[in-house]
Amino acid sequence: MSVDKATVAKIASLARIRMDDAELERMVPELNGILQWVEQLGEVDTAGIEPMAAVIPNTLRLRDDVVDADPLTGGGRQADVLANAPAAEHGFFGVPKVIE
Amino acid sequence: MTDLTSLGVKEIRDGVRAGSFTAREVAESFNTAVADAAALNTFIVTTPDHALAAADKVDAARAAGETLGAMAGVPIGMKDLFATNRVQTTAASHILEGFTPRYESTVSQKLWDAGAGMLGKLNLDQFAMGSSNETSYFGNVTSPWKKAGSNAAMSPGGSSGGSSSAVAARIAPAATGTDTGGSIRQPAAFTGICGIKPTYGRCSRWGVVAFASSLDQAGPMARSVEDCAIMLGAMAGFDPKDATSLQMDVPDWEAALNSDLRGKKVGIPREYRMEGTDQAILDSWEQGKAWLKDAGAEIVDVSLPHTKYALPAYYIVAPAEASSNLARYDGVRYGLRDLPDGVGLQDMYAATRAAGFGDEVKRRILIGTYVLSAGFYDAYYTQAQKIRALVARDFALAFEQCDVILAPTTPTASFPLGSMNEDPLTMYLNDVFAVPASLAGLPAMSVPATINANGLPLGLQLVGRPFDEQGVLNAGLAIQQRANFTAKPEKWW
Repeated sequence: MSVDKATVAKIASLARIRMDDAELERMVPELNGILQWVEQLGEVDTAGIEPMAAVIPNTLRLRDDVVDADPLTGGGRQADVLANAPAAEHGFFGVPKVIE
Repeated sequence: MTDLTSLGVKEIRDGVRAGSFTAREVAESFNTAVADAAALNTFIVTTPDHALAAADKVDAARAAGETLGAMAGVPIGMKDLFATNRVQTTAASHILEGFTPRYESTVSQKLWDAGAGMLGKLNLDQFAMGSSNETSYFGNVTSPWKKAGSNAAMSPGGSSGGSSSAVAARIAPAATGTDTGGSIRQPAAFTGICGIKPTYGRCSRWGVVAFASSLDQAGPMARSVEDCAIMLGAMAGFDPKDATSLQMDVPDWEAALNSDLRGKKVGIPREYRMEGTDQAILDSWEQGKAWLKDAGAEIVDVSLPHTKYALPAYYIVAPAEASSNLARYDGVRYGLRDLPDGVGLQDMYAATRAAGFGDEVKRRILIGTYVLSAGFYDAYYTQAQKIRALVARDFALAFEQCDVILAPTTPTASFPLGSMNEDPLTMYLNDVFAVPASLAGLPAMSVPATINANGLPLGLQLVGRPFDEQGVLNAGLAIQQRANFTAKPEKWW
């Protein structure tokens, strides 16, 4: 499978990355090179093989149902959470107007 | 007095304990060495005050007769992928430029608790995506090594290239690295140092900027196997804040180091004998076999039949996870915001991400988005996950016949910066020997073996069973004792 400029533009839009025409043109052969190379995976017979998502068998744990069990991940840290926001306003993250 | 910057982790720790020198003297020596080495561009920010404060604490603890930690008095470099409280953390990207976390990553906190101090935040490939340290927003890192008869700036490998360069140049005794598909082992091999990626889950990922979460794993980079064992012990351990953290005890790897390999079997995977591999690399592999045999091990041939598919599978799985992880950079909560006049939220996202990500990062996000998109998910992503299962099964079967696997770390030695940028694929092939162990989550280490005809270091790789970091370290030690690798780069910076 290969991608054309329109497809790359669609992917870039899905990924929320603005790209001008020149950049899209440049990406097309680069992405196609990679996609053609990964095509070889189709040669492998994977019938009956379970896809692997987690590499080491591990069960998900539940933490104790305690408020602020770990102070690092607990609440009450509004100032820390907002400290790096490009536009913090009134204790919230500021964004451009979304609703007309 | 000896030049303190020539010492490694163990020598510094033991010297501080014995009172041969103070932790402050060590920190001052390395701070000076770091300040003098700006030409290597290893650090994005330096933190001499952090190193001095940690040293003073250690000296005071010693004066008070307290027991000192495993890394007491050792100033280290911190890869700029670890969140450090109130110290800029960028992942070498523009989108995180100026980001100063209000918390400390688990791994860095454990190192400070063990008595280490921080010399600064080390440069890397942007978001750890790269194998040559040429994708950083803050400029290329240069290796301290030079090719014989050439003045060309050489690659320190990547993505942990600031780490490898700093440790090889003796401006840090050790540094943290992270390895997603070879990012500790390949740079270690390129610069003649040691680096170990432990079993997936050994080191907490909490506070580490995420690239591909099912693969990312932190580990130490240092100049000896002993130093790696000490530092890994300080970094590893269960962390309830990381859902994939291994809930098991951390063995005392340093105490159990043993290079007597009698009764051990070393597997040689026949599929790693690939076209395009330097003859010098193949020769060093033969030499490695002889060294391990000399240490008492039996050499056996093993087969890892899906090896050639590991790298393409990786270049689906890792970008897929990256495209999801990097969705968080939206110009709202932290980092860069690019808000052109009069645009709405969606255009702000797109403008911010266009301005904030470098080319390689964009390329991988696009690949990841594509392979996860409707209609292609099964053909690409699910198939790659199945091949990942087969790669892991290959290793499991091989480990029925051997205890540890010996292979080259890289197919070539280091190359000049700028010489591999024509096609992203040629760069990806650098990690062909490193990626399979990453896909399988196995502990794997690179140790320096020899110098090639151009005067550049070559590394050998050891891969172990899950949780058997000890077996990997022990085989690494056996090689270290026989390779007697004493070559070091001549100071030109």
